[in-house]
Parts: sequence; C-alpha cells; structure tokens
Amino acid sequence: MKNFTKGFLTENPVLVLLLGMCPTLGVTTSAMNGLGMGLATTFVLVASNVVVSLVKDLIPGKVRIPSFIVIIASFVTIVELLMQAYMPALFDSLGLFIPLIVVNCIVLGRAEAFASKNNVASSAVDGLGMGLGFAFALTMLGSIREILGGGAIFGMKLIAGDGILVFILAPGAFIALGYLIALIQKLRKV
Amino acid sequence: MAQKESNFLNMFLTLLVITGVAALALGGVYTVTKAPIEAAKKAKQEAAIQMVVPGFANKPGDEAIELTSDDGLPLKLFPARDASGALIGVAMETVTMKGFSGEIKVMVGFKPDGEVINYQVLEHKETPGLGTKMADWFKTDVKKQSILGKNPSNTNFTVSKDGTGGEVDAITAATISSRAFLDAVTRAHKAFMDYQTKQGGQLQ
Repeated sequence: MKNFTKGFLTENPVLVLLLGMCPTLGVTTSAMNGLGMGLATTFVLVASNVVVSLVKDLIPGKVRIPSFIVIIASFVTIVELLMQAYMPALFDSLGLFIPLIVVNCIVLGRAEAFASKNNVASSAVDGLGMGLGFAFALTMLGSIREILGGGAIFGMKLIAGDGILVFILAPGAFIALGYLIALIQKLRKV
Repeated sequence: MAQKESNFLNMFLTLLVITGVAALALGGVYTVTKAPIEAAKKAKQEAAIQMVVPGFANKPGDEAIELTSDDGLPLKLFPARDASGALIGVAMETVTMKGFSGEIKVMVGFKPDGEVINYQVLEHKETPGLGTKMADWFKTDVKKQSILGKNPSNTNFTVSKDGTGGEVDAITAATISSRAFLDAVTRAHKAFMDYQTKQGGQLQ
C-alpha cells in the first residue's frame, strides 16, 4: 500500500522528485493531453517494472542498463503503435512526445531503483502508483493551463474569449508548475 | 538467487535473448496494428475531404493524383464526383514551408472553377493560441478574414497589411502563420489550375 501511495504525494515524480520535466512541460497544454500522456507513461511503467523485476536475476550487473532500456523502448513502441491504431486523435496531439517516454528518467529510474531490487507484485504496484502520480500531476498542470490559457477544461468552454495566452505557451508551463510545486510542498508539511 | 556473473558469454547471451524477444514482440504488434493504422489514416483523409468538398459519391482517396508544385513541393489532388460521375470539385492536399515553425499541411476544397469551398488544417507546429487560430480564422466572416467562396484567380490571396494589394486579413499577432497558410492555399490553387490547363480545359 505504501508503495502505491508514495507515488502520489511523498515521492510524486513530477511535483516532488522533479523528474521527467520534458514531457511535463511540453505536453500539458490541455488537460486531455496531460491525462493521455500520464496514462501512456503509466502503462509503460507498470509493464517495464514487472518485466524488469521478473528478469532481474538473469541479467548480469554490467549490462543491466542496456537491457532495461531495450525492455522500456519495446513497451514504448508498443504503446505508440496501439495509440496510432486505436486513438489517432490523441496520437496526433501527443505525437513527438510518445517516443520520448523511452528517455523519461522516471521509467528507467523506477526500473533501476525499485524493480531491480523488489519482487513482481510490489514492482507492479510501485509502477502503478508512480505512473498515476505522474498522470495526476500532468492532468492538474494541464487543467490549470487550459483554464487560465483557454478558458476551458477537457475541451469544454467555461468562459468565452481567449484567456491568458502565456499559460498555453512555454513560460506559463514553468509558472504553473512552480505554483503547483509550492502548493504540494505546503500540503506535505501539514 | 544471486545475480549472474558479468562475464563475456553471460552478457552476450542476455542481450541477445532480450533483443530477440523484443524484436519478436514488436514484430507481432506491428503486424496486428498495421491494418488499423492504415484504416485510421484513410478515415482521417476521407473525413478531411468530406469536410472541404461535401457531397461527393465516389472514393476520392482511390483516385488521388500526385502533383508537384513549381517549387518542387508534393501536392495531392482528390477529385470529388457526384453520383452521376460529374466533377463537383477537388480536394487538394497542400503544404508550405513558410510556417512560423516548419511545415503546415492543409486540405483545401476547390470548385472546378477554382473557388475555395472550405479548408482544413491537417498538420502544423505553429504557436498554440496564435498561429493555431488559422483552423477557424479564415472561415470566419468578419471583415476580410474569410477565404471561403473566394477565388484566388480574381482575389489577391496575400495578407492585406503587406502592401501587396492583398485582400485577406491576417490573424492578429500571427502574420507569419497567415502568410504561410495563404501560401499553401495559393500553391494548391495554382497547381490545380495548371493541371487543368495541361489536361486541356476543365477537369472532367
């Protein structure tokens, strides 16, 4: 249980560990993109954590990183193909960032730091918790940016007009992320 | 169980097996998803053609003609016909390199005489909130924004504030994207007209 919940608050990959900033800042222009990216990453995390914890004893220590990368890259490619086939609209908006899950340090980080030292069940739970924590952070950030920048959430218009443009652009991602991290820090203290 | 020793044979075999299994898995998934990916792409193209030249009864995707613009960019022409086989218009898949951040792909529908019916932006990398407005801007009938129902043969499809006699208003704060968009439309129109001339009169 602790393995699951830590991904949300105490060890949230984005808001506490500050890992995976590239997809975080890049795709969160809307809540839907953030959620889609988060769930794709969750799938890769769970799958690669399970496989890594299964084969950890069979892999010689010196080639474990290349082995993990091959495992992760395979799952990312599978996600990419599936998304392209069955969710073309989402694939169009996430496009470039799906292959980049391979180099997302959260995925390799969990494989190396957790899955290669723990059993299958707790690795799967760890991957799920971390992945959902990542998805949660990205959806939050995407919602904030969509509300402030476009006056909408999940594509539904809340107010007429354009909103504050800067929040859709890159600087807005940094500003919103900064305040979100500050809020989480505050929540963790109490 | 203790971790395996890192000697040459162990490392070699491990990596060989892992890459082999990965290759098999990817090959399998690729085979399964190949048809749906093709179908999704085709459906998207069909939907875009449906939007820019509504009311056709043929399969424009199967009659596609590949053209090359004067400056060497690839264009595609999709003839749209009604039930009797008469041409009601064409959808042109066109491209420009003049975008604010790279390529912009647009599907434009023309009547046989070259009048713009509708358009849809297929791919772009323009600034969110500024250049992305082109998806609707040139359809909105405010001032001189709209290009629908106009013919590039007798209307100057350049940005009005450029001082070149342009008759289309650019997107506020996204003039470069606007110029690029109009460039794509003009290129499609020219290629379509040239193609008709080459075929000797209006396309049937």
